[in-house]
Amino acid sequence: MGDGALSVWEKSSTVRVVPPARPRKLAKVPFVELADGRLQGVVSSGSDAGRVYVSSVAAATYAFSCSTNNNRPCGGARGSFCNHIRPLVTEAVLQYGAERVARYLKAEAESGADAAALLSAMTVTRPGAGDGGAAAQVFSRFLRHLGYLELVATTAPLPEMHWFPAGGAVAA
Amino acid sequence: MRADLLLDDIDGLDEALAAVDGFDASLVGGLLRPQPGQADGPAGLAAAVAGTPLAARVAEAAEKTVAGAGDEEHFVALAAARTALLGAVHDALVLRVDEAVGRPAADGTADPSAEAGAADASAPAPNLMAAARSWLCDLARAGWRGVDHDLVGGAAPVVSAMLADPALRRVATLLDGFAAELAACCPGAALERVPVRRWADLWSRALLLTLPGAAAAPATGSATGRLLPLGVDVHEHATAVQAQVHAVFEPAGGGAPRLVRASVSAPKPDTVVGAGLWQLLRPHMSLLAAVGEGRAVELEGMPVTAEGDLLWDDACARTGAEADVFATARVALPAAAAYAVAPLDRHPARIAVPVLVEGYRVREEAGGPEEDGGVVLDLAGCRLRVDADRVPAAGPLTPKAVTASGACLGLLRWDAGEFLLQPLAVERTARGKSVAVHAGAWAGGTTDKAGVRAEKAATDAVTVLRERAGKLLRK
Repeated sequence: MGDGALSVWEKSSTVRVVPPARPRKLAKVPFVELADGRLQGVVSSGSDAGRVYVSSVAAATYAFSCSTNNNRPCGGARGSFCNHIRPLVTEAVLQYGAERVARYLKAEAESGADAAALLSAMTVTRPGAGDGGAAAQVFSRFLRHLGYLELVATTAPLPEMHWFPAGGAVAA
Repeated sequence: MRADLLLDDIDGLDEALAAVDGFDASLVGGLLRPQPGQADGPAGLAAAVAGTPLAARVAEAAEKTVAGAGDEEHFVALAAARTALLGAVHDALVLRVDEAVGRPAADGTADPSAEAGAADASAPAPNLMAAARSWLCDLARAGWRGVDHDLVGGAAPVVSAMLADPALRRVATLLDGFAAELAACCPGAALERVPVRRWADLWSRALLLTLPGAAAAPATGSATGRLLPLGVDVHEHATAVQAQVHAVFEPAGGGAPRLVRASVSAPKPDTVVGAGLWQLLRPHMSLLAAVGEGRAVELEGMPVTAEGDLLWDDACARTGAEADVFATARVALPAAAAYAVAPLDRHPARIAVPVLVEGYRVREEAGGPEEDGGVVLDLAGCRLRVDADRVPAAGPLTPKAVTASGACLGLLRWDAGEFLLQPLAVERTARGKSVAVHAGAWAGGTTDKAGVRAEKAATDAVTVLRERAGKLLRK
């Protein structure tokens, strides 16, 4: 009880709890997030520049779904992870780190596991297809994400940002 | 600088922080059913403010909360008591800094009653504020150990609605950053360790900012004269970035020079990071270009708040003559008086006092920042640790450059029980010439390879996002 037993980390107001997202190329997977109990995102089609897929993997069950922006089911996502879900997982690991992705998905992964290890840990359980209804939600989450591009800058001070120092020390 | 003063004990500091820690510990397990061991937390807070006007309300709040019957009003009272205690800690620390630095005292002691009372009592978006408060109270009931994705997700609609209104940006940005951090740490029950003070800080600030008038910082005057930049402090969380320029303002026609700040901030997608962020801010504040070029800025009727924050408007600014930052730090800074700090902003984490430190020896001590090691400046036998974590990646200044330096202009800060120096710029002498490296050197643009690459990556990211969005929307 406040007896000085707290470590320096616990007593710090400005400690960085979550490492900043690592920069990654967005062309293949423009959007990925851990939300709504899923790893979900938007993946560009490899063959058709005009097409994108909305893909997701549920936490714990790894139930997956993948469909085009026209709401057609992805032909590859029958029986197992398709070629959109795989890069989705890979890019999520790039952006958030394998540990955080594994924790969110409740995937059994050794510490130091990479995207490939994470993928095989999930596919080995032979996950089934999830409900395709997630696509609409993912789409609206993507729009919310894009909304940040449209918000105006301001020159009124935000004193609370002092709790969020920008630092380079943790950058890889 | 009398660095020895920064190492001396401060009367009452430990006691005040112990009361804060006690309350913070009760937030770890949550206020819904406080465990026997946690009951002292709220009570200790009440005891600590017993001699203040808050006494009665906080005592009642503590009693109800310990009984597991705390409601929103009680939690607000507890957050206010915690904020008041840390306000007192802030004041004691700043007094010590003023002694150590020997700078002129802040002009006109803070006039909390006048400012807080006069802050326009209008309540913007009362429904959104109530929704935010209700979410924060749910958080407090669950405790950091009880946080899960459903609970954290409750913030998203409130934040989205608030972000759209620039007048609510302050509370929206805080809630957004806090919720994202909590989400990344879910489930709380599985956390190895909890950032106890940090989350209690963010929680209590957010709660108070939802109250009418709390976040208002209107212009109370205007500034005409010469602005001499000292450096840029950069803040960033997943979906926001802020650059804050610290500068000395010399009023036209004489008058005492003042320490001021100018800020620019923007929301951002979490995939746009690091040095790529300058381009989001640059178009909104010409001062960033001036900082990058090492120039002064002539101000004409620039709005300024009671705290010394310039509410930047490019129309009131004209880029001026070259102004060497270290010359400013040596000549103008010692005479510049700070403005009084707004009541709610009196918190140790907000202490950021520009200081010039020279004549030190640099030591690299074993262990990272968490083990109290890292780069340390030895000032005539007194240790001042460099806050290397706060050197942004978005610039050429590195901890290594600090190690090789002979003079360092930085922000004096305080965290977790000690004063720290956040470098803004360093100077070293090479072949009889002094060479300066600035953390904000890329603010106005850069030809540095790493900087150019980062900016291009960020531009590409934004382009791809817009293009893909177009594909999705066209259906």
